[in-house]
Amino acid sequence: MARGFFSSIRKPSVLPGFGPALGFALFYLSLIVLIPLAGVFWKSAQLGWHDFVLAAFSPRALAAYRLTLVASLSAAIVNSVFGLLVAWVLTRYRFPGRRIIDGLVDLPFALPTAVAGISLSALFSSNNGWLGKPLMDWLGWKVAYTPSGVFIALVFIGLPFVVRTLQPVLEDMEPEAEEAASSLGATRLQTFVRVLFPALGPALLTGFALAFARALGEYGSVIFIAGNLPMKSEIVPLLIMIQLAQFKVGAAAAIAAVMLVASFALLLLINILQRWAYRRSSADA
Amino acid sequence: MRIDVRNVSKRFQDFRALERVSLTVNDGELVALLGPSGSGKTTLLRCISGLDFPDAGEILFDGDDASSSHVRDRKVGFVFQHYALFRHMTVFENVAFGLRVKKRAERPTPDVIKERVSTLLRLVQIEQLGGRYPSQLSGGQRQRVALARALAIEPRVLLLDEPFGALDAKVRKELRRWLRRLHSDLKLTSVFVTHDQEEALELADRVVVMGAGRIEQVGTPTEVYDRPASPFVFEFLGNANRIPCMVENGHAILDGIPFARHTAPRIGDGPAIAFVRPHDLEIVSDVRALPATIRHVTAAGPVAKVEMALDGLQAMVEAEIPRSSEHLPDLVVGAKVNVVAREARVFSANAAPPPAAGPAA
Repeated sequence: MARGFFSSIRKPSVLPGFGPALGFALFYLSLIVLIPLAGVFWKSAQLGWHDFVLAAFSPRALAAYRLTLVASLSAAIVNSVFGLLVAWVLTRYRFPGRRIIDGLVDLPFALPTAVAGISLSALFSSNNGWLGKPLMDWLGWKVAYTPSGVFIALVFIGLPFVVRTLQPVLEDMEPEAEEAASSLGATRLQTFVRVLFPALGPALLTGFALAFARALGEYGSVIFIAGNLPMKSEIVPLLIMIQLAQFKVGAAAAIAAVMLVASFALLLLINILQRWAYRRSSADA
Repeated sequence: MRIDVRNVSKRFQDFRALERVSLTVNDGELVALLGPSGSGKTTLLRCISGLDFPDAGEILFDGDDASSSHVRDRKVGFVFQHYALFRHMTVFENVAFGLRVKKRAERPTPDVIKERVSTLLRLVQIEQLGGRYPSQLSGGQRQRVALARALAIEPRVLLLDEPFGALDAKVRKELRRWLRRLHSDLKLTSVFVTHDQEEALELADRVVVMGAGRIEQVGTPTEVYDRPASPFVFEFLGNANRIPCMVENGHAILDGIPFARHTAPRIGDGPAIAFVRPHDLEIVSDVRALPATIRHVTAAGPVAKVEMALDGLQAMVEAEIPRSSEHLPDLVVGAKVNVVAREARVFSANAAPPPAAGPAA
């Protein structure tokens, strides 16, 4: 029976070790990902339905979900646009200081998130921040300690994901396709929209998904700049921390579970989109 | 359309890709730019197309200066060496691209686009492949798509960069004949780049031989093959034996022995280099002819290739002897033979190299 099951899903292949490799991969994945996540659901299930709903769908929790999802999505969208631009500049032009800028892109990866959060909140403070004060004085836009601050922090930490996913793809893309498009009469805009963008689509979606996923879980940099006002600028990870600090493990797990399901659904959707886009543009179908 | 290239120069940093190149391509002509890599042939093609811009000189389309106009506006069909097809589009969409990006006022209706693309796919004989993606095609089919895509915009001139370079020998030969036929049907002014002399000689109305950023010679295939203007052209077009010798009274002489029945062109007395094609080297019974020793014989195919050392000369020469030759049985390694060149082309060893352009004397 087991033999029949495996031989039915396994296509003949020259790569050896399908059994052990799959077995180890599943074991590892369980250990690192599935068991901890299952723990979340188990803990929240202990609450009972009534308490679960009370904890997970309280007005405060709903506000936190909304802020986290909206800020993460908009940060990922902004990162996709400007990340594409940065990746484009870094791959298509040669200029002095290119390598330095290339290295700077990775900084949000490397910087302790608390450092990023503190610097950002100092920078965007509306009282005396270098950027925050002009924004407040000229536009009346208060950034630090508002939802805008959350958004700014998430943009900061998400950028490298988009740039680093797009860069190799852009480097691989032959400039000849662009030349062909313009010899056929396409304008720069038409070349971008019809030729470059579709070819970049799958990689852009990957970058978007990574930046989005990172933003959903981001804690360190956000809490310094967000102000953390319940119902206004409180993100889900912080709400979970607050519950834990009050020893409400079940409530924390309930909120985490909702967040997990929502994120998983969104990432799955992006993944499906990506598969579809990749199939349309694949080089070796 | 007629193309005039006037004194075009182009540099890439320190590398001189083109040096004051002038060339005229007549309406409806099929011209080959032939040369080794780095000779500037692709750069010239790209300058004509508008994908590159010359540093100096001008390019005229039907007498109008096109030098500064963008590739978009030149209406040239450019076929890239590696096809540069749009990978995320079907064959149909690839071919339709040039029509779809036209300005709204000039853009054909969807029905007309469909009709035009089908006609083009039929022309390049891949009408059944319209729904495929480029990754699902063979090299030869991709080449046909690239050609159909270039023709879709009804270009005034067709430019092809190493059109058969990436294909295997059999497909290449087939496509070459097919392109020749297509050209005689369409009568579209066409320029293609190649480093394959056989391809250039077989396909082109005229061949432009290029070397080191300059035009060495322009002529019909027969002209450039039979009357090469320079040693460079001679060596580039087909195999050549290079024999240092003396010229006296118009005869090529080695060790006091005149070794060519016919010597051309007429040059002054003095040291010279004689070029002899392997098939012009003949083994004779006359013992007064130039003595040589056989080093290697390859007897396969219609001709036997005989490598020999000319006595008193370091260089080896190669002769092609018909398999039916009466001498063939005697041609074994180490045998002493006598050779005569039916024809030798001589270039003075003292004089400056002959003028770079223009027909042979």
